[in-house]
Amino acid sequence: MSHFKSKFHDELIANAAYIGTPGKGILAADESTGTIGKRLASINVENVESNRRALRELLFTTPGALQCISGVILFEETLYQKTAAGKPFVDVLKEGGVLPGIKVDKGTVELAGTNGETTTQGLDGLAQRCQKYYEAGARFAKWRAVLKIGPTEPSELAIHENAYGLARYAAICQENGLVPIVEPEILVDGTHDINKCAAVTERVLAACYKALNDHHVLLEGTLLKPNMVTPGSEAPKVSPEVIAEHTVRALLRTVPSAVPAVVFLSGGQSEEEATLNLNAMNKLKGKKPWSLSFSFGRALQQSTLKAWSGKEENVKKAQEAFLTRCKANSEATLGTYKGDAKLGAGAAESLHVKDYKY
Amino acid sequence: MSAFVGKYADELIKTAKYIATPGKGILAADESTGTIGKRLASINVENIESNRQALRELLFTAPDALQFLSGVILFEETLYQKTASGKPFVEVLEENGVVPGIKVDKGIVELAGTNGETTTQGLDSLGTRCAQYYKAGARFAKWRAVLKIGPTEPSELSIQQNAQGLARYAIICQENGLVPIVEPEILTDGPHDIAKCAAVTETVLAAVYKALNDHHVLLEGTLLKPNMVTPGSDSPKVPPQVVAEHTVTALRRTVPAAVPGIVFLSGGQSEEEATLNLNAMNKLEVLKPWTLSFSFGRALQQSTLKTWGGQKENVAKAQAVFLARCKANSAATLGKYSGTSAGGLASESLFVKDYKY
Repeated sequence: MSHFKSKFHDELIANAAYIGTPGKGILAADESTGTIGKRLASINVENVESNRRALRELLFTTPGALQCISGVILFEETLYQKTAAGKPFVDVLKEGGVLPGIKVDKGTVELAGTNGETTTQGLDGLAQRCQKYYEAGARFAKWRAVLKIGPTEPSELAIHENAYGLARYAAICQENGLVPIVEPEILVDGTHDINKCAAVTERVLAACYKALNDHHVLLEGTLLKPNMVTPGSEAPKVSPEVIAEHTVRALLRTVPSAVPAVVFLSGGQSEEEATLNLNAMNKLKGKKPWSLSFSFGRALQQSTLKAWSGKEENVKKAQEAFLTRCKANSEATLGTYKGDAKLGAGAAESLHVKDYKY
Repeated sequence: MSAFVGKYADELIKTAKYIATPGKGILAADESTGTIGKRLASINVENIESNRQALRELLFTAPDALQFLSGVILFEETLYQKTASGKPFVEVLEENGVVPGIKVDKGIVELAGTNGETTTQGLDSLGTRCAQYYKAGARFAKWRAVLKIGPTEPSELSIQQNAQGLARYAIICQENGLVPIVEPEILTDGPHDIAKCAAVTETVLAAVYKALNDHHVLLEGTLLKPNMVTPGSDSPKVPPQVVAEHTVTALRRTVPAAVPGIVFLSGGQSEEEATLNLNAMNKLEVLKPWTLSFSFGRALQQSTLKTWGGQKENVAKAQAVFLARCKANSAATLGKYSGTSAGGLASESLFVKDYKY
């Protein structure tokens, strides 16, 4: 048959559809130990397990926030952590109607002979790891492939390697009960205009869906996490409406309607930018056979992090900042965001870091 | 850029969208001289130009029929023919809101080393020919690729060759102002079940859309003409609902929403079967981001042909039969067909084993 019919067939479809519920989206809280260290350093907080745990507890126990969230992507360490009172994070999430997810890739490595292009590792023993994560309560996974735009990039090799890596990862996840989020991120770095980004995005997504078909992946049990289509970081900005048009058009040309939802990454966009762009997409008239939502990391946490600064007495304030962003993005998935969210310190701040290493 | 946006881009998008108008569909009247000869022979009519002309005039002037059609695919000879009173067929169609189309492939040839698999010819000077057809009034084209299901078929070679051929044809059409209908027909011949047909259809369509992307084809200015997903001809039949579910699922998994319309071929299905299956698809309560319509040859003309029998005095009766099929299929595109045109000729299977076009 075209797609592999695993014993998790119905569950995968139900979970993928649930994550795409209008009004909800994903919190990407899967920063590796190294990466979260950089975030904590930026607010002068020591990178120790108790602080990493405290930050995630702050987010997951924010009153009212989980209603806006359908899934949270976790790093392995966090999957097994508990609240200060001893309740497993996985239970906190489940009780709040949120599916726990798990980052399963093992980072990028360079492709020899290319101009700094990369492929993603993590396939070795992936099936066993997925089984373990499923037992621990995870119901979806995430794997980040990275491509860049340049005079000769992305190369056919980079596109092929990353597309087929994603497809292999996706098939293995589905065999083991996890909905795979397929993430082919095209970095925003560069001087190119929005049309170039659109052309590359369409080429990359076409390759991804061919690879997924070759690997017999059940599209109804997957999600897509792409970049929005925007000008390069060194090119003049455009309005959210222009981003919305180019992005939705690219998706209409490449993403089959069997995919229930598209959950955008925020790249280096500021919290407010990301929300306004998502909102513009959902206001766009015309065909959109998948729901359009968010899977934001920095764009959900930045002002929360700043408000917290590692201090217990700031938790309430930080949680308010987090709830504000959650609500704004929830509205953006419905096209009803009025741009009036109280901007916390840093909400309008660009989060772009050149040549960002995750 | 990803999609080629030439001087005809806006027109292509507009034409493709019009052809996909709900309530309308395509009459495939592009039988080559050889093929139409077989049809005429079946009703004891001589295969000469005047008879070929008479048949097409019968169809194109059938009172009230053209309102249910958005396009007609023509063979080259017909593109330049006129009614008995001297009016070019192209004008008759245009005046009635029907877009003239043209078959541009030059038939199939075998792929050496395969088990009877084929590829389609017709790329040589295709650009020049398209430009000529555009001048003559054509605004869309059609190219038929053929695949089959067997123990080792379709092979990777056959899928690649046919997908690439379709993509190359498609971009050349768009460069010259013609909306390409992309037709990757998977023959029904065989004892396989509907699940096998579904799997093959999904694999083939995925390859086709990858090839179209590689060739920078503007999807918004194309149409797809696929087979419905059915059991093989030597396999037990299933109800229209089952055909509909498998077909729509396969399309949702492979055909980007940028494509405005999908116009099914009828293969060897009887007139009534084809209409009931199309109707079931349009009744299905699932998101379908393209319109689902028809591009029928035999399944629109069979009983009309028999009623005509080549006799002038039968023309009006034959035209009434043709109108009935057009109406039925129009209703089917809206999911409103109540199956009252059934019985007799309309229920006759049109399946011919190993059918050569």
